[in-house]
Amino acid sequence: MKVHEHQAKVLLREFGVPVPDGDVAETPARARDIAQRLGGRVVVKAQVHAGGRGKAGGIKVADDAGGAEAAAKQILGMRLKTPQTPPEGILVRSVWVEQASAIEGELYLSMTLDRARSTHVVMASESGGMDIEAVAERTPEKIIREWAHPALGLADFQTRRLAFGLGLAGAAFKQGVTLIRQLFRLYLAKDCSLAEINPLVLTKDGRVLALDAKLNFDDNALYRHPDVVALRDIHEEDPLDVEASKYGLNYIKLDGNVACMVNGAGLAMATMDIVKLSGGEPANFLDVGGGASPEQIENAFRILSSDPAVKAIFINVFGGILRVDRLAQGVISAVRTLGVTLPVVLRAEGTNVEQGKQMLADSGLPLVMAEDMGAGARKAVELANRTSA
Amino acid sequence: MSILVDRTTRVVVQGITGKEGAFHAARCKEYGTTVVGGVTPGKGGTTHEGFAVWNTVEEAVRQEGANCALIFVPPAAAADAIMEAAAAGVPLVIGITEGIPVADMVRAKHYLASTSSRLIGPNCPGVITPGQAKIGIMPGHIHRVGPGGVVSRSGTLTYEVVGQLSARGIGQSTCVGIGGDPVNGTSFVDVLRLFNADPETRAIMMIGEIGGTAEEDAAAFIEASVTKPVVGFICGQTAPPGRRMGHAGAIIAGGKGTAAEKMKALEAAGATLVRSPADMGATVGKVIGR
Repeated sequence: MKVHEHQAKVLLREFGVPVPDGDVAETPARARDIAQRLGGRVVVKAQVHAGGRGKAGGIKVADDAGGAEAAAKQILGMRLKTPQTPPEGILVRSVWVEQASAIEGELYLSMTLDRARSTHVVMASESGGMDIEAVAERTPEKIIREWAHPALGLADFQTRRLAFGLGLAGAAFKQGVTLIRQLFRLYLAKDCSLAEINPLVLTKDGRVLALDAKLNFDDNALYRHPDVVALRDIHEEDPLDVEASKYGLNYIKLDGNVACMVNGAGLAMATMDIVKLSGGEPANFLDVGGGASPEQIENAFRILSSDPAVKAIFINVFGGILRVDRLAQGVISAVRTLGVTLPVVLRAEGTNVEQGKQMLADSGLPLVMAEDMGAGARKAVELANRTSA
Repeated sequence: MSILVDRTTRVVVQGITGKEGAFHAARCKEYGTTVVGGVTPGKGGTTHEGFAVWNTVEEAVRQEGANCALIFVPPAAAADAIMEAAAAGVPLVIGITEGIPVADMVRAKHYLASTSSRLIGPNCPGVITPGQAKIGIMPGHIHRVGPGGVVSRSGTLTYEVVGQLSARGIGQSTCVGIGGDPVNGTSFVDVLRLFNADPETRAIMMIGEIGGTAEEDAAAFIEASVTKPVVGFICGQTAPPGRRMGHAGAIIAGGKGTAAEKMKALEAAGATLVRSPADMGATVGKVIGR
């Protein structure tokens, strides 16, 4: 799960990680009030779940309260398009207004899981800012890493190594050590999957501040963090994804016209792949889970057929324990109830296969049966292209 | 011969009084697996659907000689259940549970390293040696006894390849699901090493997916140490970057972990690559001359 920058900064502050003073605004008038209170130069930042906001015009500096109001007026309501957003962009519903900092240097700090070592890794670099990915690519030696002990966490000497690696000295070094230690505490306490500060800045008056903040959380651990769950902003998620998650379906919308309904994540990915290899484009990833109950099949059908780009539906289910007769019942009832007119290709393996196939044949519905996933994909692609043409 | 599990395996099911635990314990027993009973803390001394129930894994080990733990405990308590099995000296722990917090698994894996237990999974279908023992949630009837070793990060995609193999008359020595989570107990490399040393396994089918670098590590190991033919398939060739495809581990992040990179690494290591998931069984047939 992702949260907004302003929500992340509130959490940072709670854990003693210094952030610039600021507040969140949903109207230009409120932005003006905040700027008034802060005094002096402020930065107005679009609050969306995507990076690259600065280059896309979502971050503006204002000299005074009037300027902050004008900047907020420009940013609020715009559709922000960055390399990390969908092509149509994301609607900006709020801005974060904070005190502008006089920046001496831009650094980088992040924490995440290192899968290869099965423990948490802290990464730091003197070369922070907008081009950190290029730094990682071209000059990986400029990024230093410390791996936390799986049980003991991050030791003080490691925190010091990171702070020295950031080129900090004197009072700033001490602040840096505390900041890294506190951020790691937050990372563990809230089950973050990523904590990233880019840039972490050294100000001209010698302070170390988190100028930006990105926190992602482990979905599997949300059950023990109701405070984090409360921060979820469903406006930032695809409405079909949100709808699917209500029914325990794992759905991700893609750009093609062949909808896929599959049980199991691996088989779902493989089904997308075979659709592509058959000359088609998958419209989605959809894992209906192991059970595939009639209710789930019906909800899955509703979600798939509400995507206007979809021209055919390919159901690929390998159950073993899953009963194909029950699956057939779910498909028949869903197609009837929802009045699905799209061609449906079904490939299913499991218990009571023959009975299930007979039920589908007897239903009189235009369902195409396929012997294996290769044949099913070819038929679905052919039908989708015929419908499109 | 086979790897990991066989006729002598004695299984204790942790979380046996749950719906999934009870259902699958019965299916495993039906297949012929020796299920000695189960564990649910607080329900020790009772029986559940014909299975003896203990309060602790340690009792199951002492009284019935359990040497394999199969875990269906809900996510919040599953990492602890894994550690309990290891502490009781159970050499093989198979975690079926999906959705365990990553931080819990980081600690559990570290704990396991101080014991002699091996963990398979979590978030996996389990392990089956056809004709001998089924320890997991896979459908037993699709399997046949034979020379193909199967190792995979995915559940239903494993059933797909087993279905394709059995339809061609190619049986399996052992099928191992290593799970779809970012932190798991047993890697591709571990299983490849076991298959390579198993006289019954003549060819290895390896099914990987996007995310992480486990397939790249496997490729390096294949090149250096595997003497048997390996057939590889990587799912997620069409997955977009930055979106998690169901499995907690299946994500292309920062341009890393793509199917293309993994396929390239495996091919360079001498594995036979399968582009279409419909061709997995046929390709294994080809490399073993069927």
